[in-house]
Amino acid sequence: MTIAPTLERPGRATRKRRPARAVNALSRSSSLALGVSLVWFSLLVLIPLAAVAVQATTGGWDGAVKVLSNPQNWAALKLTLLEALGVTVLNVVMGTTIAWVLVRDRFRGAAILDVIIDIPFALPTIVAGLVLLSLYGPQSPIEVNVASTRAAVFLALAFVTLPFVVRTVQPVLEELDTDVEEAASSLGASRLYTFRRVILPSLVPAVVAGAGMAFARGIAEYGSLVLLSGNLPFRTEVISVRIISYIESGNPAAASVLAALLLLIALLVITALDLVQRRVTKRW
Amino acid sequence: MSIEITGVNKSFGDFVALDNVNLSLPTGQLTALLGPSGGGKSTLPRIIAGLDNADTGSVSIEGVEATHLPPQKRNVGFVFQHYAVFKHMSVAKNVAFGLEIRKKPKAEVKARVAELLELVHLSQFADRLPSQLSGGQRQRLALARALAVEPSVLLLDEPFGALDAKVRKELRDWLRRLHDEVHVTTVFVTHDQEEALEVADEIVVINQGRVEQVGTPDELYDAPASDFVMSFLGEATTLGGQLIRPHDIELSVTPLVVGGVEGVVSRVLRVGFEVRVTVLTDAGEEVVVVVTRTAARHLGVQEGRHVWLSPAAGAVTLPSAGLPAGTALHAV
Repeated sequence: MTIAPTLERPGRATRKRRPARAVNALSRSSSLALGVSLVWFSLLVLIPLAAVAVQATTGGWDGAVKVLSNPQNWAALKLTLLEALGVTVLNVVMGTTIAWVLVRDRFRGAAILDVIIDIPFALPTIVAGLVLLSLYGPQSPIEVNVASTRAAVFLALAFVTLPFVVRTVQPVLEELDTDVEEAASSLGASRLYTFRRVILPSLVPAVVAGAGMAFARGIAEYGSLVLLSGNLPFRTEVISVRIISYIESGNPAAASVLAALLLLIALLVITALDLVQRRVTKRW
Repeated sequence: MSIEITGVNKSFGDFVALDNVNLSLPTGQLTALLGPSGGGKSTLPRIIAGLDNADTGSVSIEGVEATHLPPQKRNVGFVFQHYAVFKHMSVAKNVAFGLEIRKKPKAEVKARVAELLELVHLSQFADRLPSQLSGGQRQRLALARALAVEPSVLLLDEPFGALDAKVRKELRDWLRRLHDEVHVTTVFVTHDQEEALEVADEIVVINQGRVEQVGTPDELYDAPASDFVMSFLGEATTLGGQLIRPHDIELSVTPLVVGGVEGVVSRVLRVGFEVRVTVLTDAGEEVVVVVTRTAARHLGVQEGRHVWLSPAAGAVTLPSAGLPAGTALHAV
């Protein structure tokens, strides 16, 4: 296509190459829609985020440095990031597998499993915490007690982040035609080669998107792990628990410093994943 | 014989897709598998390619017993109705796929890809993604990808089914020319009788899982073995209990011939250069007659007019015993 894309002919293929001068030439109705979206987005997201950043500075530079150099905070941050990362890796594997089973395998109870997947997402997190505590706590009916250990944090995170990868990969798998795999096999590709070269590249964007959400949820989780993990400083305490403690002890500025830090990390991770996704999809 | 199919049966639940099919297709031939949609004909190339397994019977390709070979080992090129191109790979990468699996040297792959893209007229699109191609271009890409590995057999399952009428016609002519150039044994499935008549060396008519007739396009058209073949390949209508082609009926406004069937014109439909005249005979039969526009004007055919119908000299007719009323028109 050599036709210069114009606003009269918006289309998927032309969208990326729309010349810069056309950006401001919005029609009245789309200007209005853009305005409403921006106001809504600002009220809900941008302004509160800015407020957190502003509040983080109320304690002054020294205050921020003090919060950031506190070893207990560092331990909590390290634990949070490692656990979230571990859970994300677990989800990439398990979530993709579960999505595969749900889409490709015909078995009894598939429809029920499909519904159950969403429960960790729909359940109020404190209820999830209670469920985990009663099953894996000191009174465990199956005699598995992980209370006050790092495994408890991992378990809680794995529980609440389970649906993300499943739900992003599932629709992509459903859209994937089996004749593409058949074409590969008649060209001589083994099952494994077909998975690696044909199926996986189509799934990568969805897996990455799901992983990003799982990680973001993981570093922010509070309700589901607070009961089971015991919140032991330097051992099982996560960063969100630190934020709550600061607020409870009347130090919102310190809480905001940690909140801003979390925000920054989330932004970095999302950007990094986006870059990875672009590179990976381009390479194949 | 390049493909030898012996006693193949295949059912999906209650649906019998193939019912004791025996076929031998000679090397280098372009064969059409023709039949109505849902008649099981697509199952046959899938079984030849190993994408489905026959319940009973055997398949051999180029003299090699292939019944239990996996698709990877059959060296068969397969082209799907909906292209099945690898969406995340460039056009050139798609074509190179089979060659890279065979671990060919890079330079050889590159040369072969260039050669094939030239063949399917996609050279200038080598670095594009399939999403930037039209449907017809994607199907040519799929064809190049299948041909790249020099398959002993090329199978095409309704290859033009998803394309619009004009592109379909172009690709059909192009496939014929390509086959004359490449000479690979080719089997293509279609429900479009015109497509089969135009392109194929030989047509296999399949209905309800059974082979109805095998023959050249002319043989099938001139000497149909069954009323099904007659009504599926080209149009057919009934006159005096006999199946006959609508253009093989002579229509006159006076009782010229002894034994001519008398009737009244009930409908006149002009389609381009031809006029389709529906006549209700005194015996209660609805006969469709096709005449040229000139002839219709000359005779003054109009609704309500009394006419006499008789088979033209040399017309092919078949007893229409098993054919339910109305079937004659479905092949239009």
